Amino acid sequence: MNVEILARVQFAFTIAFHYIYPPLSIGLGLIMVIMEAMYLRTGKKLYEQMTKFFVRIFALIFGIGVATGIVMEFEFGTNWAVYSKYVGDVFGSALAAEGIFAFALESGFLGVLLFGWNKVRPWVHFLATLMVTVGSMFSAVWIVVANSWQQTPAGFHIVGTGLNARAQITDFWAMVFNPSSVQRLTHVWLGAFLSGAFLVLSISAYYLVKRRHLEFSKAAFKISLVVATVCSLLQLVAGHESAKVVAEYQPAKLAALEGHYPKDSVADMYLFGYVDQNKQQVKGVAIPGGLSFLTKGDFKKPVTGLNNFKPEDRPKAVNFVFQTYHLMVACGMLMIGLSLLGCYLWWRGKLFEQRWLMRIFAFSVLLPQIANQVGWYSAEVGRQPWVVYGLLRTSKALSQAVTAGEIVFSLILFSWVYLVLFVLFIYILNKKIKHGPYDEENLDHSPRHIEMVDALS
Amino acid sequence: MGFKPIVTKHKKRSPFRGSWRGYMTFLGIDYQTWWFLLIGAVFTGYIILDGFDLGAGALHLFFVKEQSRRIVLNAIGPVWDGNEVWIVIGGGALFAGFPVVYATMLSAFYVPFMLFLLGIIFRAISIEFRSKEPMFWWRRMWDICYTCSSALIAFLLGLILGNVIEGINVGPDHVFHGSFLDFFNMYAILMGITTLALLMMHGAIYLVMKTEDRLYAKLTILVRDTTIFFVIMILLTSFYTLLYEPHMAKVIRSFPELFVIPVMMVLAIANITRQITKRKYIYAFVSSAVTISLLMILVAIELYPNMLLSSQSPANHLTIYNSSSSEKTLGIMLTFAAIGVPLVVGYTTFVFMTFKGKVKLDEMSY
Ligand code: HDD
Ligand code: HEM
Ligand code: HEM
Repeated sequence: MNVEILARVQFAFTIAFHYIYPPLSIGLGLIMVIMEAMYLRTGKKLYEQMTKFFVRIFALIFGIGVATGIVMEFEFGTNWAVYSKYVGDVFGSALAAEGIFAFALESGFLGVLLFGWNKVRPWVHFLATLMVTVGSMFSAVWIVVANSWQQTPAGFHIVGTGLNARAQITDFWAMVFNPSSVQRLTHVWLGAFLSGAFLVLSISAYYLVKRRHLEFSKAAFKISLVVATVCSLLQLVAGHESAKVVAEYQPAKLAALEGHYPKDSVADMYLFGYVDQNKQQVKGVAIPGGLSFLTKGDFKKPVTGLNNFKPEDRPKAVNFVFQTYHLMVACGMLMIGLSLLGCYLWWRGKLFEQRWLMRIFAFSVLLPQIANQVGWYSAEVGRQPWVVYGLLRTSKALSQAVTAGEIVFSLILFSWVYLVLFVLFIYILNKKIKHGPYDEENLDHSPRHIEMVDALS
Repeated sequence: MGFKPIVTKHKKRSPFRGSWRGYMTFLGIDYQTWWFLLIGAVFTGYIILDGFDLGAGALHLFFVKEQSRRIVLNAIGPVWDGNEVWIVIGGGALFAGFPVVYATMLSAFYVPFMLFLLGIIFRAISIEFRSKEPMFWWRRMWDICYTCSSALIAFLLGLILGNVIEGINVGPDHVFHGSFLDFFNMYAILMGITTLALLMMHGAIYLVMKTEDRLYAKLTILVRDTTIFFVIMILLTSFYTLLYEPHMAKVIRSFPELFVIPVMMVLAIANITRQITKRKYIYAFVSSAVTISLLMILVAIELYPNMLLSSQSPANHLTIYNSSSSEKTLGIMLTFAAIGVPLVVGYTTFVFMTFKGKVKLDEMSY
């Protein structure tokens, strides 16, 4: 395999692994803020316990998110040196802003969030929770801005040619508010909130199925069901807005999302299907003219097809883009269905009697995870063969100093480490969930408490 | 075919006084120099802050009892993550301010950097996972992992610094043409061990502040031993530098008044043990932070205005002028820094104040 493929596989693998955690942190952060706010307002012990329990889970997720994120920060330089030189002027400022405004905020207050319960007053602790959550939302802002700039560059000019070419910033705000950043950021945030909400839904549903911690899990379930319902509905709107941007600025990607080959012709929208890349056609169930309608508001209007582009200017893995995109939308629809059903039964007062529904909810945490992952795959693979859309090709962006052997070395290393990490993560998470929220009156409940009481006396 | 310097207006410069004529300046200093200083400051901050928890980590296995291990772990518990952010900020600032240096360095140091990242990951998860299971083998495993990864990071930081000082095989195209084995040379390894010693000393001093009774007594001994270790190593490294890396003493030779820096360093090191015996730990800690800063200042003075030396030819050096971003970007980021740095310093202080004093374990501890 050549260096380019290896470098891409390595980058994709590490970023995809990283992206398991940030959405959970952001989403769980939001839920914790709500829970702690309810504790401050009502003073009920239940909400305090709830917050403390989820803070422990949050700590685990956050820790791995940070460790894997630092890898990403440096991989731009290690794998994509030419790219880094090319975009440094524009993109670096976003990354630096991320560090100083977002990461410092979240990691700074994390200490207070995790260890400050007995050291600061409740409202100060609430502030810390809020800051950690806001900080993690900010970090999404800057990284998504940077990525959106890559998708729809704006606010720059090019100096130099060939290997010396670089993008230089001309208008900072035009760079920040490039054509796709607001839409994509909204989409990413909502995706993150959904991850958090469904995590809490899953854990609570699990307890309800097992008939443990009933009061606790019913309350937690309701809070997160509200968040899940609102966000999944909004996500439909946000996704549509993203699609409109893609249609306008990245027509080749749009065509790949629906596997639409013919030049300027009416395009269908598939519910599911399969792209035969050799025959250049899609087999599946479609709404005729659907894509034309969604992008142009008319079932008969033509849409740019992949054949409008030279073969070297369009994504190769069309079926992959198609499938990942449709999987994301399917997950989104399932989440909407599931949360609306939950709300309906809640309204009828029968929500917690439906054990089958609770069983489904117990696994629902996978839906936003899958949607988030495949959403990025379709956005990033659909952008190929460009790293910076229309400007810099992926094949040109590689580090020249790095050899295939070195990348294989790091790829094998990271595969093993991440595998171990993931297994441990699931193991500890599972253990924390099985253990359940601590009961503070009963110190013996926790093995660690016993040990610590011994230690202190 | 080399990189065209982005700005070619410069002519002549006088060291440390103002700027190359033709550059945009702020308070009489050009943006590039500001960013050289700022990035230097961030990395110094990183070594001071993350340094003590790396050092504490490297010493972890010296504590034998389970109870002591938990105390030293929780001494850094609430702050290590915030400390680590400084390298993230530094990396981001380097990317933004000097993309060419960022790209050349990281792709050149591919292997050491991957090991460094591995260290970061393992360290984070050992802290996170260690206390989650009571089994002896489990805790032993993570303790070993924690010590090794902390020591590895400290060593690699020194190794990379050593190579930066020596210069690496950068061609006129600003691309590295050597092999990763080049990095594991005598000088760099020496520098790596020195850094490890420095951070162990720094970590031990931090732990002295945070502990009581028997553990405290043990730590005062560790402070003494690590200080001796560090002094030996720094002497060796200094001799080696003077003998084989004479370019690193060029500026001091031509400006003898700068010799006060190494003198201050010796005084700062001497002060550490003095303050410990007087039980003024804060001052001891400040002294070792000062030692670190002075070391970094020395390196910065000798490198300026270069950021990465080429061992091929001085013409291929990456300087702050031929590798920086546009002045517009540097200007924007200067605004960021002006807003952001006070904020970061503010809440970092708040967090440290919240957790000041001796470690007490409670239900949320590691
Ligand atoms: C700020 C920039 C940025 C951001 C936020 C992301 N990516 Fe990306 N991604 C890149 C910048 C980038 C890149 C540096 O530009 C790559 C490397 C090679 C390429 O073509 O694009 C890339 C490639 C790339 C690939 C491989 C595509 C291919 O080689 O065909 C995948 C699967 C992902 N990314 C997935 C993700 C995921 C799951 C992300 C969620 C966090 C993500 N990307 C965020
Ligand atoms: C290629 C892209 C990315 C890079 C280079 C990157 C870099 C990083 C780094 C360096 C950290 C650790 C910072 C710390 O010490 O706190 C981190 C954590 C984090 N990242 Fe990423 N990241 C990327 C993609 C994303 C995306 C797309 C998002 C959000 C949508 C995101 C959100 C976060 C959050 C919230 C954290 C905090 C830690 C956590 O939540 O576990 N990152 N990232
Ligand atoms: C329900 C209907 C949905 C539609 C119509 C939709 C549409 C889109 C489109 C068109 C893109 C590509 C944007 C681009 O390349 O610039 C995208 C990307 C993405 N989607 Fe969705 N989406 C939907 C649901 C979801 C859900 C439920 C999630 C997660 C929980 C999600 C997560 C993502 C992510 C993480 C990306 C990549 C980031 C980005 O490009 O914004 N999507 N989506």
